[in-house]
Amino acid sequence: MTVAKPIITNSAQLTEFTAQTRTRMSDVTKINILVSMGTCGIAAGTTPVLKALEESLAAQNLTGVKITRVGCMGLCHSEPTIEVVDTASGKSVIYGNVKASHAEAIVAAGVHPAEGLKVIERGWYYPEDEENTQDAPQARIVLRNSGRINPEDIQEYIAQSGYQALCKVLLEMSPKQVVAEITDSGLRGRGGGGFPTGRKWSFANAQKPKEKYVICNADEGDPGAFMDRAILEGDPHAVLEAMAIAGFAIGAKNGIVYIRAEYPLAIERLQIAIHQAREMGFLGKNIFGSGFDFDIDLKFGAGAFVCGEETALIASIEGKRGEPTYKPPFPAIAGLWGKPTIVNNVETFANVCAIIRNGAGWFKRIGTTGSPGTKVFALAGKINQVGLIEVPMGTSLREIIYGIGKGIRNGKQFKAVQTGGPSGGCIKRDQLDTTIDYDTLVLLGSMMGSGGMIIMDEDDCMVSVARFFLEFTLDESCGKCTPCRIGNKRLHEMLTKITQGKADMQTLQKLRDLSASIKDTALCGLGQSSPNPVRSTMNQFEDEYLAHILEGKCPAGVCADLVTYSINENCTGCAVCKKRCPVDCIRGEKKSVHVIDAEACIKCGMCLSSCKFNAIDRK
Amino acid sequence: MNNTFTQIHTVKFQQPLHADVETNHNPAFEVRFEADGEIPVPQVVIWLGSGEEQHVVQGEQIRKGINNTYVATVPANLIPIGDHMLQVQGCRKLDLATAIEPDWVKTSKPLNIDTPSLTTQQLLARRFGKGPVRPTEAKPIPAMVRVTVNGQQVVVEPETTILEVTRQLGIRIPTLCHFKLDSFNVEHRMGSCRVCVVEVEDRHNLLPACCTPVVDGMKIKTNSLRAINARRTMLDLILSDHPKECLTCEANQSCELQNLAHEFGLHKVLYEGEQSTYAIDLANEAIVRNLDKCIMCRRCETACNEIQTVGILSGVRRGFEAVVAPTGEKSLADTKCVFCGQCVAACPVGALSANNRTYDVWTALNNPRKKVIVQTAPAVRAAFHEAFDKPAGSCSTGKLVSALRNLGFDHVFDTDFAADLTIMEEATEFIARLNKNENLPILTSCCPGWVKFFEHQFPELMYMPSTAKSPQQMFGAIAKSYYANKIGVNPEDLVVVSVMPCLAKKYEASRSEFAPGGIRDVDIVISTRELASMCKEAGIMYDSLPESDFDNPLGESSGAGVIFAASGGVLEAALRSASEWLTGETLANVDFEAVRGLSGIREATVTIGDTQVKAAVASGLGNARRLLEKIKAGDASYHAIEIMACPGGCINGGGQPFIHGDTRILEKRRAAIYAEDAHKPIRKSHENEYIKKLYEEFLGEPGSEKAHQLLHTHFQKRDNL
Repeated sequence: MTVAKPIITNSAQLTEFTAQTRTRMSDVTKINILVSMGTCGIAAGTTPVLKALEESLAAQNLTGVKITRVGCMGLCHSEPTIEVVDTASGKSVIYGNVKASHAEAIVAAGVHPAEGLKVIERGWYYPEDEENTQDAPQARIVLRNSGRINPEDIQEYIAQSGYQALCKVLLEMSPKQVVAEITDSGLRGRGGGGFPTGRKWSFANAQKPKEKYVICNADEGDPGAFMDRAILEGDPHAVLEAMAIAGFAIGAKNGIVYIRAEYPLAIERLQIAIHQAREMGFLGKNIFGSGFDFDIDLKFGAGAFVCGEETALIASIEGKRGEPTYKPPFPAIAGLWGKPTIVNNVETFANVCAIIRNGAGWFKRIGTTGSPGTKVFALAGKINQVGLIEVPMGTSLREIIYGIGKGIRNGKQFKAVQTGGPSGGCIKRDQLDTTIDYDTLVLLGSMMGSGGMIIMDEDDCMVSVARFFLEFTLDESCGKCTPCRIGNKRLHEMLTKITQGKADMQTLQKLRDLSASIKDTALCGLGQSSPNPVRSTMNQFEDEYLAHILEGKCPAGVCADLVTYSINENCTGCAVCKKRCPVDCIRGEKKSVHVIDAEACIKCGMCLSSCKFNAIDRK
Repeated sequence: MNNTFTQIHTVKFQQPLHADVETNHNPAFEVRFEADGEIPVPQVVIWLGSGEEQHVVQGEQIRKGINNTYVATVPANLIPIGDHMLQVQGCRKLDLATAIEPDWVKTSKPLNIDTPSLTTQQLLARRFGKGPVRPTEAKPIPAMVRVTVNGQQVVVEPETTILEVTRQLGIRIPTLCHFKLDSFNVEHRMGSCRVCVVEVEDRHNLLPACCTPVVDGMKIKTNSLRAINARRTMLDLILSDHPKECLTCEANQSCELQNLAHEFGLHKVLYEGEQSTYAIDLANEAIVRNLDKCIMCRRCETACNEIQTVGILSGVRRGFEAVVAPTGEKSLADTKCVFCGQCVAACPVGALSANNRTYDVWTALNNPRKKVIVQTAPAVRAAFHEAFDKPAGSCSTGKLVSALRNLGFDHVFDTDFAADLTIMEEATEFIARLNKNENLPILTSCCPGWVKFFEHQFPELMYMPSTAKSPQQMFGAIAKSYYANKIGVNPEDLVVVSVMPCLAKKYEASRSEFAPGGIRDVDIVISTRELASMCKEAGIMYDSLPESDFDNPLGESSGAGVIFAASGGVLEAALRSASEWLTGETLANVDFEAVRGLSGIREATVTIGDTQVKAAVASGLGNARRLLEKIKAGDASYHAIEIMACPGGCINGGGQPFIHGDTRILEKRRAAIYAEDAHKPIRKSHENEYIKKLYEEFLGEPGSEKAHQLLHTHFQKRDNL
């Protein structure tokens, strides 16, 4: 559906255009079937479901029913997901684990739940549009449009009050007022550090050079984190609009989205969105007749985690090796090409339009005093309902893990949760009632990070966990400074020794000292936080370290070198394990209890997985 | 401990009411300043305009007032109106005030740290009771910064780094990756080794002193246990990934890492572990890269990319495997590396070193069937003795000759002789081009690094460089023809060894066009450092060496040959001969001062007869690039240009004893070279009797067919990837 470029030079005209768009859309649509078409949904098999839905729709010859391809709904645990919405009443039903064979029933049922399908309770509300009448645990500001609109159609964004914030800013506010509004909102950088966004903008605003830059950091690289991808795939315009607002606030004409090349769908949707925004005159010259020019380019990262660090990111855009440089000077003073530059994360930008539309006061009512607003998390690991969630700051970990995530998989015991990805730390069971905000997490020796949240259970060895995260930083370190390049290698070697049972107490002390030195001396945020998983697991789970070193045991039974396999009295003498053992170290007569030769055992675990009688012990 | 501060103020002298209109000079005026205590020798230095000229006010011209205030009287008509630098020396404390008549001071900075918001005039009015305060156009005075180092409070200019502050205070913070070449205005501030971290109050991390600017109120502790432990840990970590083969390392005893380990008293490496290993690159004649020893200071990158703009080195790989290498980790031989060796000079350890050829020299010297002769380049004599812990600043020519004789060379000759020969050919070529007004400017081509640079990067300008061979190759060509014939030795049995300040010379001698009939003109090239190590190996005691003279006929040279060692020297030597040839008159003054110096690019216009010859000098390939780009863009035009690859010329070659960032040594080497020139009885190449004889007996005249065959070369376009 192509619409001629509207001439909008004031907010009233945009409001009218928004109303027209809404009417035009609701006129043709009574029932809207939203199909989750993020990368995750497509990977889980949404494409055949979509095809089946379209065929059913054609076959049943229904009018007023529309199928919309939307971004991620955040329900990873039940993909493919579909939401059927009655556009008049707003009533809706969400189905999970949908198969192509369900299509007919879904189309026929409308908003009445179809029988035999997994119906998912909507656990969130939209603070901008409604009161939290159902006491939903999630509040969606950032993910407001993700899973609700077609990200490839700018009109759907406009119908959700899109580009009104930019219009308001350009026609009714001064740059200083915009900076003041964002400062007043208390919005803090969602990339991990939590630096006040308004302050960052005010530094850049105060700089004299005429050439300035706005950079959106979409180089999301934490293992298991996919918040930014979901936002860009589900609601790219919200980020573009916010970048233009930032441009106006600091006096920049150019924006750059630095996005990792491994996000092809997000890139494609951003390209479509930029193209459409230019066509509508929301990007380009003289936006809304205000005289303000702003345009956005994309730069693709080549998959280096360290390029998420702002100075490394800038170096990468400049065509240099992506490695951090020492601050000062800070990018807000001398950034890209030596010009004042603000680098904000995708999620940070995704908050901006809502703040401008509704005011700083509205934003501050959500979340905590020190950390207003919400935070998006990617729940992963040993939890029943993995997925993308957005909760108000101040929500407790218990609420997230047991309320939203529905507890630990297979009835196991919760052990720890890692926040802040490889730069963060772990939080133990007795701290589950901790409420999440920037400052509390730091006090616990962890950090907010960009929003990865990995849940671990009793089967996880914390030494191995620390070693895993360190392996990641070791691979991803740029190698520039000594502590990160060599220090982390040594930490990793020491952790390996511990997991092999070859370490002594001196190793533990060296591990502690070196971790402290690295934190104290590394050049960039990545390096400084790289020993965090080691420090945090050492503090929280010292007993596990001691068990490895003093007793030669891995309590979780993970470290292969420290595990022994034995056969208990449940053994029926079926000899399956004996046949499977690749090194022939199991002896025993038929129908009598077998024995494993611990000396010869290579701890491959084949016996354990092949035994049907629970007769193999791993300790 | 020298904690005397030298504070520099920029002062603009406005048109004063009483100025001498005819001379445009200032009337007499006073400079007042305060110090914390008594100054033994108060001194005010006024650097005029560009800083070339200075006036020192001292002695009776400075009166001491009360409370350690001083008043210096500057006489009338001394200081022209304009921008000058005013330096007050001898103030023990920096909270001094400099006072100049408010009537005609336009701006002065910085002044009073107590009240940084006050303008100069307001400040002066308050301090010295001068009034009334006039409206001012003065810029705001940048606030001085007050910092505390180990409990000692000092006041410094903003943007000063912690390292600079502590050095002013006489506190030495160890550094490893940091590198500063004052004379060339280059600072490598990578902040990557973290060996210089210090503790700063209220900062949660330790900060690298080399790249952290001080801010007001900063409290710095350089020797807290936390800082010391961290620095030791950094050094420990670097050593844990460094081969401990110091005894057999090329950099043994010149290694900055070794020195630090010694200074720290590190006796055991705590964090031993896996060491990174890489293939050794020795596929070229000049430079060996053994990156197992690389400590990732990245100084070589700055040398290659920033100073020289050759641009082949970069950090590659990640994490523990990160290392410096050319793109695609190619061998240097397959890149546009010009082998200038500035990376080797910058390397603090033994990761980059010269391709050592000393053993080849020993072998030749001990081969009874070979006649072995040696030539030694102009710059070698200005630095050779430094390898024996002798101070820079003189030439060791006589002892150098004796040392070479003691090593067993059959004849000891001088590349300076060949330098004179180069001038004969090059000046002839220059005059020919000048007379026809074509193919100008002529560019010198004695420097093999520079030659390879333009072959790769400026092939379109390949008509510009002189076709005259470099002195090294001219020497080789004459030795293997004229000289071999003269002494009746088959060229194949004559071994020509060069001692050069340069690593690119090793490469140059290996170029195929310099081996007619497969016999190389120059067989073996060793650097100044390699020669010094041979002497030490041979047990030659520098102090006991007698002074002796070069052999003839290839050992006599003029002063013009000597100055080839310094940037500007080749051009000056060429001008000395060219101007006499063009005018037919004897030069009254052979010193062309305008082309001398260490600065990157210099220009001079020289009057030769009726012609105004526009000349330029560039040293350092980055400066050469800037100059060539200007010429290409049509923004500049010259008749003659001298270019040397190494900043400052051959005295700073990649084969010279290491200066470890101390460019004062280069200044001294330069002075030594010009002193040697000044003391030469003959100072013009064309007056060298042995040169004249060579042309008479063998070559005919400069530019003859024979000269072209033996003394000229050609260039080839090379890949610019």
